[in-house]
Amino acid sequence: MVHSELKEYEDKLPPKILQEIEEKCPSSKMKKVVQKVYEEFLSAQIDAGEAVGLVGAESIGEPGTQMTLNTFHYAGVAEMNVTMGLPRIIEILDGRKSITTPQMEIFLKAPYNKGKDIREIALQVKETKLGELVAEYGLNIVDLKIELKLNMEKLNALDVTPAYLVKAVEKGLASEANVKFEGGVISLKLKCKDDERGLNALYRLKEKSKEVYVRGVKGVTQILPVKRKEEFLIITAGSNLKKVFELDFVDTDRTTTNDIYEIAEALGIEAARQAIMDEVFKVIETQGLNVDIRHIMLVADTMTVSGEIKGITRYGVVSEKASVLARASFETPIKHIINAALKGEVDQLNSVVENVMLNQPVPVGTGLPGLITKIVRKEK
Amino acid sequence: MAKFDVTKHELVPKHSKLTEKERKELFEKYAIDMPNLPRIYKSDPAILALDVKEGDIVKISRKSPTAGETVFYRRVVG
Repeated sequence: MVHSELKEYEDKLPPKILQEIEEKCPSSKMKKVVQKVYEEFLSAQIDAGEAVGLVGAESIGEPGTQMTLNTFHYAGVAEMNVTMGLPRIIEILDGRKSITTPQMEIFLKAPYNKGKDIREIALQVKETKLGELVAEYGLNIVDLKIELKLNMEKLNALDVTPAYLVKAVEKGLASEANVKFEGGVISLKLKCKDDERGLNALYRLKEKSKEVYVRGVKGVTQILPVKRKEEFLIITAGSNLKKVFELDFVDTDRTTTNDIYEIAEALGIEAARQAIMDEVFKVIETQGLNVDIRHIMLVADTMTVSGEIKGITRYGVVSEKASVLARASFETPIKHIINAALKGEVDQLNSVVENVMLNQPVPVGTGLPGLITKIVRKEK
Repeated sequence: MAKFDVTKHELVPKHSKLTEKERKELFEKYAIDMPNLPRIYKSDPAILALDVKEGDIVKISRKSPTAGETVFYRRVVG
């Protein structure tokens, strides 16, 4: 409940500040304090016409020069290698569709988050391919057959029954081979009858059979159950948020990925904006640098205004600019100018860069307001 | 299988549809017009349950690390 003295400031001050005043200030002095705080708040606000983008660019760019270019490798530590530092920042801000090290953090529902069956659950998440379950390959060149001796121990560990496995293999290789199962051995008989091409096809089939999907979440190549603050979660290499949300032991409220496009697709543009902020801030933090979150918020906002993620590249946010000259000043100027000439585009000179080029006052700071005045002549 | 609810995810802020009256107030308060607003796709997972159509405005109450909570508006596009 907001104090009565604070009521009138409800629209003027952010809730966080109001709450702090309410908690820490004795009610007798509240009115004076709020007034003072409001004055301070107004003077701390950014002025209209301030070049926030420029300030933001410098504030992120300067610490960026101090970031390490390469990732650290910790030998012997059970952590996965994740892109960090400058390459990661570039990756996020460029809005790359495929990132170098996709990773998920899968939170679990009770009771699994206390460590119940954590191994089994983790193995359910990991993508299992046929190649991992085969102990021995036997190639029968005369009959054009491949015999796959199964590793029953592994099968049991992963809780895969042979019957299920055979079904998966049949599904995966339906067009190339006839599948038979006898006494722990899957035999694949090549469908192709041509003897000359048969041998090559057989070897191709062997390689392809290793990649046959058996179970798990597609795209997850590695799993790592970890304990964080009294709670177990699974970190994965490889990301597939939509499929993970379908598993019933997953806490769908907190599970995230570092693939921003996947977040945008599964959770919407606002979640993606938050994810961009979190990811950029995480990198800056781990590098021991200090950048005000407001600058990152501005970048994240800019990247998501259009309702989808646009990188800070000539194909992304820059292509959205109205001015030809502004676009040309970023990258590939000739292309932009020629295209604009062909289309007969008109540049309204409304923004900053184009006016700098033409040596005119830019609409920033004191250049922003126009002055209209009535000239009164003194009459004698 | 557990039903997955987008709106409960911690990355997703609260989205709500603006009424006709709120729209007018918004335009007047900031002296803006429809094209000035940032966009959100009609197919966005976070607003699917809101039953919005093109031209509607969605109010988004974000959690902000600096201000506690901030409101943001997006117009729905196809």
